[in-house]
Order: sequence, then C-alpha cells, then structure tokens
Amino acid sequence: MKYDPPGRPGSPVDVAPRYENFIGGKWQAPTTGQYSPNLCPATAKPICEIPKSGPQDIELALDAAHSAQEAWGEASTAQRAAVLNKVADAIDAHREELAVAESWENGKPVRETLAADIPLAADHFRYFAAAIRAEESSITEIDKDLIAYHFHEPLGVVGQIIPFNFPLLMAAWKLAPALAAGNATVLKPASPTPWSILKLMEVVGDILPPGVLNVVNGPGAEIGKALATNKRIAKVAFTGETTTGRLIMQYAAQNIIPVTLELGGKSPNIFFNDVAAADDDFLDKAVEGLVLYAFNKGEVCTAPSRALIQEDIYEEFMARCLERIRAIKQGDPLDTETMIGPQVSKQQVEKIASYVEIGLKEGAELLVGGHRPTIGGEFANGYFYEPTVLKGHNRMRVFQEEIFGPVLSVTTFKDEAEALEIANDTLYGLGAGVWSRDTGRTYRMGRAIKAGRVWTNCYHQYPAGAAFGGYKVSGIGRETHKMMLDHYSQTKNLLVSYGTKPLGLF
Amino acid sequence: MSTNVENGTAGHVTVTPAAHRAIAALCAAHGGPVMFVQSGGCCDGSDPMCFPGGEFALGTGDMLVGVVHGCTFHMDADLYEALGRPLFVLDVEPGTPGGFSLAAGDGLRFVTRVKAPREQAS
Repeated sequence: MKYDPPGRPGSPVDVAPRYENFIGGKWQAPTTGQYSPNLCPATAKPICEIPKSGPQDIELALDAAHSAQEAWGEASTAQRAAVLNKVADAIDAHREELAVAESWENGKPVRETLAADIPLAADHFRYFAAAIRAEESSITEIDKDLIAYHFHEPLGVVGQIIPFNFPLLMAAWKLAPALAAGNATVLKPASPTPWSILKLMEVVGDILPPGVLNVVNGPGAEIGKALATNKRIAKVAFTGETTTGRLIMQYAAQNIIPVTLELGGKSPNIFFNDVAAADDDFLDKAVEGLVLYAFNKGEVCTAPSRALIQEDIYEEFMARCLERIRAIKQGDPLDTETMIGPQVSKQQVEKIASYVEIGLKEGAELLVGGHRPTIGGEFANGYFYEPTVLKGHNRMRVFQEEIFGPVLSVTTFKDEAEALEIANDTLYGLGAGVWSRDTGRTYRMGRAIKAGRVWTNCYHQYPAGAAFGGYKVSGIGRETHKMMLDHYSQTKNLLVSYGTKPLGLF
Repeated sequence: MSTNVENGTAGHVTVTPAAHRAIAALCAAHGGPVMFVQSGGCCDGSDPMCFPGGEFALGTGDMLVGVVHGCTFHMDADLYEALGRPLFVLDVEPGTPGGFSLAAGDGLRFVTRVKAPREQAS
C-alpha cells in the first residue's frame, strides 16, 4: 500500500506550518525568532519550518531540566518504569503515524520504519523500564564491622546529540537509559531530521513530567556547542563523525564529565566458501546478508560496506547477489513495496556520487548501479542514488572511507588469515559480519575482528539486550544494553563502620 | 600540541574562489583566522569542519595538510594515509554544515572535493 504524504488528506500524519522547541513540557518559540525550512528528501520540498535556536534556548532547556531532575531522580524505579512503559505504549499506538513521519523526513522506506525503527524504539523504552526495576545496589562486607554500600545515583542533567540516520530510534537508544536512571535531558536532533522527534513529543510529551525531556533544534555550531560546552550538564552522548566526537571529548575534558561516542565505521561483511555448500535457505540468507548494505539506503554507521568473499565462490555468489540487488525497488518511501528511498539530503547524494567517481578513477570495476536514477513525477527532484557495487581492493579510498550511502565495495580473499587481515585493515571498529556454516571458524573470526559488534550469520539486527559500540576510532561506550545504566549513573559509596572501638592512631 | 608539516604535504589543499570569499568573510566576522579539520566516518564524515581559530585542540596524531588564505587545514595523519594522501580542493555549496562546523555563509557549507590518484599523477 501507499501512504499519503504527511499533511495531505488521508495521511496518518498532520503537519503544522511551523514547529517550536519542546522545553519544560511546553512548545516554546526560539528566542532568536528564527526558523529554517525542513525539506523532504523524496521531493526536495519543504515539510514545515523548524526553530533556528540560539544558545539562550539551550539555557532555557537546561533551566527546565534542572528544575525537573531532582524529583524525577527521586521517583521510585517503579514510577519511572511505569512512565517509560507508557511512552512505549504511546509509540506503539502511533506506530503508523510516527513511521510515516520518519520516512517522509528521512527518506527511509516505510516498510523499514513500520517493521524496525518504530517498534524497536518502543521496545527500547520497555527494556530499560524492566532493567531499572531489576537493578540492584550492592553491599560488600569489608570486615565484620565495616560495610561498603554502593548505590546508583543519577548523573543529573545530560546532553544528547542525535544523528540523522535513525532519528527516532537513536533518540530512543539515548533517552531510555538516561531517563530510566533518573536523569533529565536536553536533546538536540540532527539538522537534516529535526521534525519526527517533535512528532514524537506530540505523542509522549504529556506522559513525562515537564522538563524531564527537552528538545531544542538549531545549528550545531550554535546550539550543539552551547550544549556540549555547558557547565550545567553532567554527561554528553553523541553519535556522528570523528571530528565532532573529538571536539565533544575536548569540551567534556574542560568540564570533567563523561562522554559516550558512536563515530562510524567501514564494516567488513565476510563470506566464506561454505555458505555456497548447498543451495538452501542459509545460502539465501547469506545473499540477503550481503544486500543489506542497502538497508536504510546505506546511511548506517554499521553498514556492511565492505564485502569480503572467498575467491573460489566469488563468481557464483556475487551473481546471485547482483540479481538480488537489481531487483531492489527504489522510489516513494511511503510505498510499502519500496525497498530503498532517497538519501537524506542533496549534499549526501552528491557526496555519494563523488565517491563512486573516485572509486572508478582509482580503477574499481562497477558491477551495478553507479548513477542517480530517474524517478518521475513528484519524486523527480528527490535525492535518489542507485544501489551500487564496486569491485576493487582494500587500499582503495572507497574501501577506507565511510561513504554513508548504498555503495558496496567488494573484494576477494584466499583464506581465513587474509580475510582477517583485510577485515582489520581499517581505522574503524564498529561492526562486522561473518558468514559460514563452520561455527569454529565463525567463533575464531568473531573474536579476532577488532570491532564492537560481530554479527555472525546475520546482519543489521539491533535488539535491546545486545551491547552495541565501537573499537578503535569508532567510539567510546556501549548502547542498547543494561550496562548503559552505569553510563548514566554515579556510584555512591557509603563506607559504614558498625564497630565502637577507636582506630587508636591519635 | 603539534602542527607538524610533513615534507610534501603542505599545499595539498587548494581553494575555489567561492571558498576563498567565504573564508575571507568568516575571518572578518571572527576577527582572525578560522581553522579547518577534515573529518571522517558516519553521518557527516568526510566533511571539512570549520571552527574559530584554535577551537579544535590538535594532537600529535594530527597533521597540517595545508594553509589556505592564512587558515590552517588539518587532518588525522592515519586518516590521511588511509585515504591515499588525497589532494583536497576546498569549495562551498548550498546546505547545512555538519557537526559543530561554522557555515560558509547563509545557507552554505564547506565541502572538500578530492582529486583521484590518477588525476594527481597527471
């Protein structure tokens, strides 16, 4: 089926001409009085206007967060969990509305937002509602009279900066653990995707106590910096590229606060020859596993953007994959048959085109794609790029730099040792995929690849409960696991003596 | 803190006239030079980030790729090697700057265009 675009009759999504910041439980106009148009990447036409806030708006959001945090942090875990579960229920109840809004603003196909982004966001709140209820403090008996109590306490007010590729899901990844642990937050959405999070606030804003969650939109150089440098935050969480990640660490160092960073990758997806040992469901699954590079139009930090295929099955296996890639349906992101929508912005699609050009000039062979497709009608000006495969070798630039689009760089390897060498020959270490029917081999490879997540005989699954984060320059800290509660908590130790005798030193 | 100039690297970045105008305007607005840091990875990866001069703390692993109109252009040395020591052309285009980067003017952003190796050789 096809959904009608937001704002049109029959669409599940209403659109106001202009949106405001969400601060202290209310919609507040930016103090700057300025707004920016927010474009739909499928049509290159404006959806609505979004605040172009300034540093003063960050201060207002921090005022609201600080006035709310203490009561929220003192609420029982049962009360906080009940709120998070209500947030999850509200997301589920508005699944279609949020999925369509997310697709229209980001360009990702609605089949993905309906099946993954929105249900996973809801599940994330439920997971942390459960985790905080089950969280226990610890007691250590140092000796018979001396007891160490360890309590978890909220950090306070935190700053969270969200990327454009999964605006709602990445927000949920960061919000759920922060709120569960008793923190209040000021959240800055990505500049290309400011709107769907405001639609989420329409859905869940009344559930949370005013000030616990605040959303401010505007330029990174103005409000991102004002948030990350602010002395009134106790932590910064960021997903994005390496330079901003380093800058955030630098600001955090000046304020002596912790950071969580997720900074991208160039993830290898490794196919050993035994995947083709039988023409069965597993082989079919492996073929799909390679084609998953086009998931979310390749705008995924963990995109399996380097395929490493054992040389003796390369021709046969790649032929199957190319057939599957040629069958990818591209177009209207609100059509449930569409598998790939437009890139998020004009600058992204132009960047992708320039990388393909660089790859071809470096001597890579174009196996499929390589152009901006002609998609007519209302999508004629959309930021589409064909699913593309380049064959080359790992020293080429298109194997080393994250393209953030539907471009796969493929190469071959002789044996396990060479596969491992190529896999680890990258600055990044976020994700990896290993495909083989030999579990001994998948285990050895999984342990030896220097990446935080090694999908084994699967890819692009993001369940709450499996820790996600990077090795090397891909970041610091983990998400999507209850250990995130530690990332958002202080440890309070009470060291208590129950004895009555003096030490005898003075 | 280091701004080492490796032999042969200075001059590996040039600017278009539009970028030159944007840099001149930014320097005037900030009362001094701005700085560029070539990024990598994730959403805004491979964007040249533009900051007020001295804003970004450089480390021993960073290199000075070049100086454009009095403004330094830096990059992580490992990234520079991984990308095959590219020649950068700093340009501007319509769009929103990534990360915390300064805009290149109203509605404009900086972008680096890269000459591919075969172009470099010729």
